[in-house]
Order: sequence, then C-alpha cells, then structure tokens
Amino acid sequence: MKKLATFAVAGVMAAGPALADLVIPDLHYRTGPYAAGGIPFSDGYQDYFNLLNARDGGIGGETVRIVSCETAYNTERGVECYESTKGEGALVYQPLSTGITYQLIPRATADGIPLHTMGYGRTSAANGDVFSHVFNYPANYWDAASVIINQLLEENGGSLEGKTITLLYHNSAYGREPIRTLETLSEMHGFELSQLAVDHPGQEQGNQWLTIRRERPDYVVMWGWGVMNQVAVQEAINTRFPMENFIGNWWAGADHDVAQAGADAAGYRALNMNRLGDMPVFDEIRTHVHEAGLAAGDGTNVGSVLYTRGMYAAMLAAEAIRTAQEIHGVAAITPAMMRDGMEALEITNARMEELGMPMIGPEFAVSCEDHGGTGMAIMTQWNGTEWVTLTDFIAPDDSVTQPLIEEDSAQFAAENNISSQCGES
Amino acid sequence: MFYREAGDFKTSYAADNQTFPIAFDRYRYYIVLLIGLGVIPFVITDYWANAILIPFLIYAIAAIGLNILTGYCGQVSLGTGGFMAVGAFTSYKLMTAFPGLDMVTITLLSGAMTAMVGVAFGLPSLRIKGFYLAVATLAAQFFLVWLFNKVPWFYNYSASGQISAPERTLFGIAVTGPNAEAWAKYLFCFAFVFVLAWIARNLTRGSIGRQWMAIRDMDIAAEIIGVNPLKAKLTAFAVSSFYVGISGALLFTVYLGAAEVGEAYGIIKSFLVLFMIIIGGLGSIFGAFAGAAFMVILPVALRNFFAGSLGWDPALATHFEFVIVGALIMFFLIVEPHGLARLWSLAKEKLRLWPFPH
Repeated sequence: MKKLATFAVAGVMAAGPALADLVIPDLHYRTGPYAAGGIPFSDGYQDYFNLLNARDGGIGGETVRIVSCETAYNTERGVECYESTKGEGALVYQPLSTGITYQLIPRATADGIPLHTMGYGRTSAANGDVFSHVFNYPANYWDAASVIINQLLEENGGSLEGKTITLLYHNSAYGREPIRTLETLSEMHGFELSQLAVDHPGQEQGNQWLTIRRERPDYVVMWGWGVMNQVAVQEAINTRFPMENFIGNWWAGADHDVAQAGADAAGYRALNMNRLGDMPVFDEIRTHVHEAGLAAGDGTNVGSVLYTRGMYAAMLAAEAIRTAQEIHGVAAITPAMMRDGMEALEITNARMEELGMPMIGPEFAVSCEDHGGTGMAIMTQWNGTEWVTLTDFIAPDDSVTQPLIEEDSAQFAAENNISSQCGES
Repeated sequence: MFYREAGDFKTSYAADNQTFPIAFDRYRYYIVLLIGLGVIPFVITDYWANAILIPFLIYAIAAIGLNILTGYCGQVSLGTGGFMAVGAFTSYKLMTAFPGLDMVTITLLSGAMTAMVGVAFGLPSLRIKGFYLAVATLAAQFFLVWLFNKVPWFYNYSASGQISAPERTLFGIAVTGPNAEAWAKYLFCFAFVFVLAWIARNLTRGSIGRQWMAIRDMDIAAEIIGVNPLKAKLTAFAVSSFYVGISGALLFTVYLGAAEVGEAYGIIKSFLVLFMIIIGGLGSIFGAFAGAAFMVILPVALRNFFAGSLGWDPALATHFEFVIVGALIMFFLIVEPHGLARLWSLAKEKLRLWPFPH
C-alpha cells in the first residue's frame, strides 16, 4: 500500500504547480460505451485550442494549456477528474455529461469556476439569477423538445391534434430532461405522448421497439447517446418504422450513429445546434494542427457532426476568454474573470465569419439573467451517406420553456438557500 | 522478533479476549487510528479527500456490511446497489423534509430504513439458498432502482430524477454540500467507519456472530444445535443492510452530492462491493478494508501513475488500468483464493515464526 501511496503522490506532484497559462480542462471520455460520441467532440474541442496556440500564439498572447482527464462518462470519475484538475487554475469545465454536470454544479459554484454545459446538463441553469456559474448557451433540452414540436406543427399544418408521439429516452437524468416540456406541450397541442425508457448502456431495446411496432405512433422522438443511438436506428429499420418520422435530438444525430446502417437509415432526422458542412476553419486546423502533428485524435473526425460541435464549444470558450480579457484588461485571466467574460459574451455573424466558421450557430448574447442563449436549432436529415441540413434555425416556444425554467430553478434556489444573483435590476 | 505473544502477559479474561492479542498488532492499530485522526485531517486536500479517502471509507462500510451477510452468514446478495439506493433516498427525503435535522441522525435513520427493507427482501432466504437467493436479491436490486426511477415522490418531482444533497451541518460545521471542508467530510466518514467497524468486529466475535457462522457452515447442523435460522438470517440481513444503507447515504450526501439512481446505484455497484469482499477476503473485517482499498485506491493510483507521472494519453492509461486491475484480481485469486485477508494472516503467521518461518 505504501508504494501505491507514493505513486499517487507522484501523480499529484507531476500535475505540478499552476503555470501562467490559460488552463482549459477537457474531461473527455474516449473509453466505454459512450466513447463513440466522446472522441470526436474532444478532438474538436482540443484541436481548436491547439489551432489558436499554433496560429495565433494563444488567446490575447497567452497560450492555452489543455489538461485532459478521462471520465468514461462515469460520475465518480468525473468528480475525481474535477478535483484533480481544478487546482491548476482551470478556467471553464465542459464535462459533456449531464450526470457529471449535476455533480459539478454545486462544486464549481462553490469554487468559483464556471461550467459550460452546451446543450446538455441542467436545463434550468439557463436562469443565471439562480445559477451564477453555470452556462448552457446556445440551447438546452427544453428548447430542443420545443423545437421538434414546432417543426412537427409546421409539417402538420399547425395542429398535432390526435397525433401520437413516443419519446424514446436514455433512462438517466439526460433522457428524462425533456419529459416535463413534452408533457406540457402535449396538453397544449393535444397530441398523445407515451414514454419508453432505455436503460444504460442502451443495447437492449427489443421490448421498446415491440411496443412501438404495436402502437404505431405517428412520430418517435429520441433522446439517446452512445451505443443506444445506433441500436435504435437499427431497430427502427428492423421494425420498418418510417425513418422520416423518427427524430433524434442533437446528441442522437452524429455520423457514427447512422453510418453503420447506411442507406437503410436514410430519412432519419435529428436536431443540431450548429451548422454542418465544410468551413474555412477546418483547412486551417488541417494545416496548423494536423500537419504539425498536434492533432488530439487520429485526425479522421474533422468535419463530423460532433467534431464540429466540439470545435464550436471551444470557439465559444475562446471568445469568452477574449471578452474577459477585454473587460479586465489582463491577458492571464482567472476563473472569476472568465465567468464575467461568459456572462458578457456576444456572438455575431460577423465574428463567426471572421473566425472561419460562418453561421455555425445562431447569433446570441448572454446576460446575467439569461445564461441559455436563443435555444434555436436546425433540423438535419441523413440521406444515406451524409447529414444534410433541412431547415434554418428554428426558434423554440419560450412561453412554454420559460415558466418551466423559472419553476425548476426556484425550487433549486429554495432547497439550497440561493438568493438572487443579479440584483434588483 | 517482537511480533509474538511471548512476554505479553494477560492477567484477566478480558485482556485475553481482546481483538488484538499481540502487543505489536495493538500498537499498529493505535498508530493507524492516530494517523487517521491526528495527522490526515490536518494535511488533507480536496483531491485526497474527494477522490481517494472518502470513497475508500464509504466503500469500506459497504464492504463490511456485505461481508456480514455473505462472508459471515453465507447468504449471497447481489442487491447491495439497491440497498445503498434506499439509504441515499431516505437521506434525501429526510434532508429536504426536515432541514433542521443533523447529519448523524439522518444517516442513522437511513441505515435503519435500509435495515427494514433488507429484512423484507431477506425473507426469501428462509426458503431458498445459494444461487437461488442470489437471484432473489438481484430482483431486489432491479426492483429498488426501478422504484426510485418510477415514483417521482422519491426525487421530489425534479425534472431529471436527479437528487442533490443540500448543505447540512453537524455541530454547526457543514459536512455535506459544496462548502463543506475536506477535513470535516473526512472526519465525519472516519467516525462512522470507526464505530461501525468496531461494532461489526465485536458482533462477529459474539454469540450472534457465531450463530451466523454456524448457519454459513451448515445450516441443518446449526438448527440441530439450537440456532434459530429465522433469527440468525434475518439479523444478518438487518445488520448488513444497516451498514450498506449508511454507506449508500454517505456516498450520496458526503461524497457525490448529487446522484441518479440508475447510474450511482446500479447493478455495477452490487458487483463492485461483491468483488471487494471476494478479493479482500470473505468473513474478515480487515478483508473489507483491504478489498475496498484495492478496488477504490488502486485504479486511481494507476491512473495517476500512467497519465500523471509517465505522461501517457489518458485514454490509453484508462485501458491499461482495466487490464492491470483485471490481471491483478486474477493473480490474487489464483495465488490466494481466500483473499487479501488470508495473505495478511499468512504473513503474520510467518512473522511470528521469524527468523525460522516454514
């Protein structure tokens, strides 16, 4: 045991004292049943920071140092990763896991480190008046649910009266998030909602699809992640469910989810919070990062759905760092300054164009009260070989999601004695 | 040389019956306690507390609990994760319903609630044994997880089914929630481990422990010599579940702070605790600690060594960690099927014969 303890000590020592860099921890998962989604996201996230280091010498003259830690999508490991990296001056955490996010919300808030849970995590964290250090712009799960219903409304001439919609969800905090919104929407628009839970890791779905085959719902909406997506797509094909009526959220619409089924899965639709397709920034990443041997992964993921999203997340973090540097006038910012930067973040079309990723996301601005962004998303469709964009950014119904956010965050504030963070204004 | 009974004279029955009859063992035990109480709280950091020591202490409680049931009483249980969930959700409901309650009361009540649930699921053990009982407890595991998923009352109707531990105090010092200091959380868990291990050790040495072991070794013979199987088996389930419930409660309140039943208390957790007692040694309190250390500390140490000291890619380090921990488990079980506790006692035997061990 003594020897092990020395190893552990050596590990902590090797992690070293805080250097004067911009430290970005990357809590990735490149192992386990969710690795298929974790790898491209992490590649995109790290590659973009590496690009900034290689091309611009960092952000505002400060180099970015990425500290990576493997969580395997496991919450206990996530906690360990957080504790082992926070001491190095971590500026912002992006755990890419709703479960880990729930662990980190109180810890990060107490430690004064911002948390960016982009399109996942606790939806009501969009209320910055309660969640001072948590940001979930540009969109959240309740927006996603609302966007899907809005799109279906449009396709059905404005009414979903008498339609049946089945929610197929990962039986975890992640999958259960949209239920409340969908229930509210089902009362509002008169469609019938049924729920089918799929247990971790999601390979067993025979029963659920038998139910779908029997009940023949008009639409199946999926909140899936990891192997669950591939299995669901395959099961839908086997059940001969009309693929265009099968709609995934933005975590169920990556290349690897449908590539195996290939042409059979053509027609499957999924939301996306960022645009796809070739962008000038990818060429820059190829020249400055991959050809220089700095790639985070094997370099095959450039341009894939989740790679693009990881890069988008890194861009939002980098822009927040830049904003923080402008506000405080120093290059080596602290987590507290980073928080201010995230709260003052404004993303415009001109800026996205300038960064080589035109129109990658919607324009939005963050404020003290609103940490959630616009909540807009696009609908994409798998044509058998690649994802094609069907629509422009669709807006969610804020009149539905906003009261739910207020209600849930008020409950959290009451349970944890949180007073208003934004003052009276 | 100095590790032997010779020269250590006992003058009373109580002294003769003590847990550590050899002076050296006794001093070692006191030194461990002294380090645990007098040194670690002063030097502990957030990382050491939250990533290593607190999970180790909490899993040690669970392993002691399961060891009482499986190691001492011979009733195989795969429901540990489910029983831990009972402890966690009882804590959550108590913490949110009675904000003024202190954490010791909450944790003990969570244990008591789990004990009742454990007894209910232990009833089939009166009729079925071995693999069949394992299946019955497996049903408990799945039923309990399903229940806490299905009934929103348990998670106070939160949108995602997640439960989060609010800040609660003991003697005015926060022991749960994000603002709790590392030393406070550590000492809180340490106190529970110390008291529970002490009680477990003495229970298993007393008449009730002998009844459990009699049932384990041959239940028919035990019944013939006058052991009441109903009482013995159900007390084992009750005491074991009490421990497991406390460990599940602490896992949620002190360690994780937020939990989701399927992920934190799934079947994986049942297996993890079962592996701990198999590797540590069935029917040994020391084995529970050794097993918990093996399953909790070793992976973290390996990861820090590979990814930290050697600078490997974290994903590769994680893969190697699986390989090495798996290989070590096989190695230990082949070399010593009775677990680390047996290795430990063999080492002690040899020490006593030193310098001429045979």
